[in-house]
Amino acid sequence: MSGAGASRPGGDEAIRAGAVALRERIAAGEITAGAAVDACLDRIGAVDGSIGAFVTVDADGARAAAARIDADRKAGRPLGPLAGVPVALKDILATAGLPTRCGSRILEPFVPPFDATLVARLRRAGAIVLGKTNMDEFAMGSSTENSAYQVTRNPWDPERVPGGSSGGSAAAVAADEASVSIGTDTGGSIRQPAALCGVVGMKPTYGRVSRFGLVAFASSLDQAGPFANSVADCAAVLQAIAGHDPSDSTSAAEPVPDYAAALGQGIRGLRIGVPREYFPDGLDAEVAASVRAGIELAKGLGASVREVSLPHTEYAIPTYYILATAEASSNLARFDGVRYGRRAAGTKDLASLYQATRGEGFGPEVKRRIMLGTYVLSSGYYDAYYLKGQRVRTLIRRDFDAAFGQVDALLTPTSPTTAFRIGEKVDDPLAMYLSDIFTVTVNLAGLPGLSLPCGISRAGLPIGLQIVGGRFAEATVLRLAAALEAEIGFRARRPRLPRTPSSRP
Amino acid sequence: MYPRDVAISLDEVRRIARLAHLAFSPEEQERFTRQLSAILDHVRSLDRLDTSAVEPTAHAGSGMALRDDAILPPLDNEAALANAPEAERGLFKVPRVLG
Repeated sequence: MSGAGASRPGGDEAIRAGAVALRERIAAGEITAGAAVDACLDRIGAVDGSIGAFVTVDADGARAAAARIDADRKAGRPLGPLAGVPVALKDILATAGLPTRCGSRILEPFVPPFDATLVARLRRAGAIVLGKTNMDEFAMGSSTENSAYQVTRNPWDPERVPGGSSGGSAAAVAADEASVSIGTDTGGSIRQPAALCGVVGMKPTYGRVSRFGLVAFASSLDQAGPFANSVADCAAVLQAIAGHDPSDSTSAAEPVPDYAAALGQGIRGLRIGVPREYFPDGLDAEVAASVRAGIELAKGLGASVREVSLPHTEYAIPTYYILATAEASSNLARFDGVRYGRRAAGTKDLASLYQATRGEGFGPEVKRRIMLGTYVLSSGYYDAYYLKGQRVRTLIRRDFDAAFGQVDALLTPTSPTTAFRIGEKVDDPLAMYLSDIFTVTVNLAGLPGLSLPCGISRAGLPIGLQIVGGRFAEATVLRLAAALEAEIGFRARRPRLPRTPSSRP
Repeated sequence: MYPRDVAISLDEVRRIARLAHLAFSPEEQERFTRQLSAILDHVRSLDRLDTSAVEPTAHAGSGMALRDDAILPPLDNEAALANAPEAERGLFKVPRVLG
C-alpha cells in the first residue's frame, strides 16, 4: 500500500462525487482509474487505522485492474458501466486468489479458487476490487463486534459500532475509503449498518442477486446488495450484479429493468403504507420524528400515505432466530477441518478432529447459533420449533401480501435506535437480536428493502428510514428513495474523521 | 407434543454439543445453558399463535429452477486440494475414522 501521505489533488473529491460521476469522468479522460484507486488507497492509509473497515487491502490487484481500464480507454475500447469504480467487498464473498475469512478463525487460512458470481459481474462491469471488509463472524451479529479479527468503528463516532453484520462495508463507504461496497443481508445486515453509518444500503428481493460464491449463513434468507453514498450509485451497482445465474438455482429468471431510468420519475400518485407496528411505544423519539418527517416529505411530493397493519410483526424475531439458526447449523457443518480452513492439532480420530477444530475455530455467537439451530432441528423439537417457525413465516408473508394489495411501498424506521456504544450489547444476545426488529420481516417475506439516511440525532448520529417494496419491485423502491434523497439533502453531511495512519504494512 | 419445560438443562446442552460436533469448556457449557434458555423463552412467544391450519413456508423464492443435467468440467484436483490442511496423493488426509 502507498504511504499515508497527503492525498493527491482531485482524487478524494472524485471519490466523494460518487460512482456514477466517477465513471463518467474516467470515460471522459478527466481522471484515470489509476488515480481513483490511488485516492482510495491513500484514504485507507490515512483513516483506516482508526476505522478498521478493511481486513484485506489488495493494492497491487487494484492498481493492475485500474491500469487495464486506463489502457482500454486509451485504446478506445468500450468501458463497462462501472469502469474504474473502486469497490470494497464484504469478506463473505469468494474472491479468486484473495483471502476470504468471513470474520472467522476457522477460515484462517482460506483462499478461494473462484470468484463469487456477483464479484465476477462487478469485475466485468469494470469495477475495481480494493479489498475485503470486516464483518461479524459468518454474518452473525448486528455490530461487527463478533469479528475474530478486529473492531470496526463508526465513522461518525469512533466509540460506537457501525452496525452489522456488514459493518466494514458500511463504514468503508461512509468514510470515503471506497466509492461503493457490497454487503449481505440475512436479517438486516445491509440495511441496519447503512442506517447507523449514514449511507444508502439495499437488500434486493430474494433471488434477484446470485448467491453463488457467498458463504452461506441462512440459505432461504441471505441476499447480497450494495452500499453507496447515493441512490443513483446504489442503482448502478444493483444493475451490474442483478439477474439469473445458472450456478444458483434460487436466483430468479425475472427480467432486470433499467434501474437508472426509474430514478427521475418522481412519486406523484405512489401509494405508501406506514405499518403501525413499526412505531412502537419504546421507539427512540428522534428516530421516530426523523422517519415521520420523511413520510411528510413523500406526501409533499404527491405520494398518498395511509396507515397499514402487519399484525404478526412481533413474532418476526423469534421466527427468524429459529429458521436462521436451523439453516446455519446445517450450512456450517461443512467447516470441519478436512477440506479447507483451520484444523486443530494433535487429535487422534476424525470425531475429535471435528469437535476440536470447530470448538477452537468458531467464536461464541456462532456456537450459540449452531447450538440453537441444532436444538430446534433435533428429534422431539422439530415440529414445536422449526415447523412452527415456518408456519409463522407464512403468516408474516401474508401480512405483506395484504399490505401490498393496498400500497406500492412501505416506509418504516430501519433500526429502532442510532448507533450504540461498542461493548454495550455484547453480553446480551437477545438485546442485540432486537436491533433487527424492523428488518428481519423483510427477509422472511423475501422482499426488497433499502435504508436511506434521513436525519442526524442531537448526538450527531445518522438515522435511516427503510423503504420496502413488493417482490422484484426494486425500481419502485429506488424511485421513492431517489425522490426523498433529493428533498432530504443528507449527502452534504460527512463524518469528520481523525486521520491516523494505518498500522497495516 | 410441545416441550413445556423450556429451560434447557446442562445435560441437554452437552447432548446438542455432541450432535453439532462442538467442544466446549465447562464454563462455556454453563453460559450457553443460561443464554439458550433465555432465547428459547423468547422464542416460545410463537406458542400464542394457532398455526394448525397454516402451511409452512420453507423458502421466500418462487421455487427451484431446473437446468439440464449437463456434465461440466469440475474444479481440478490441484485447486480442490490447495486449501486442504493435509493432503496426500491427490486426496484429503484425515486421522483414523474408527477410534
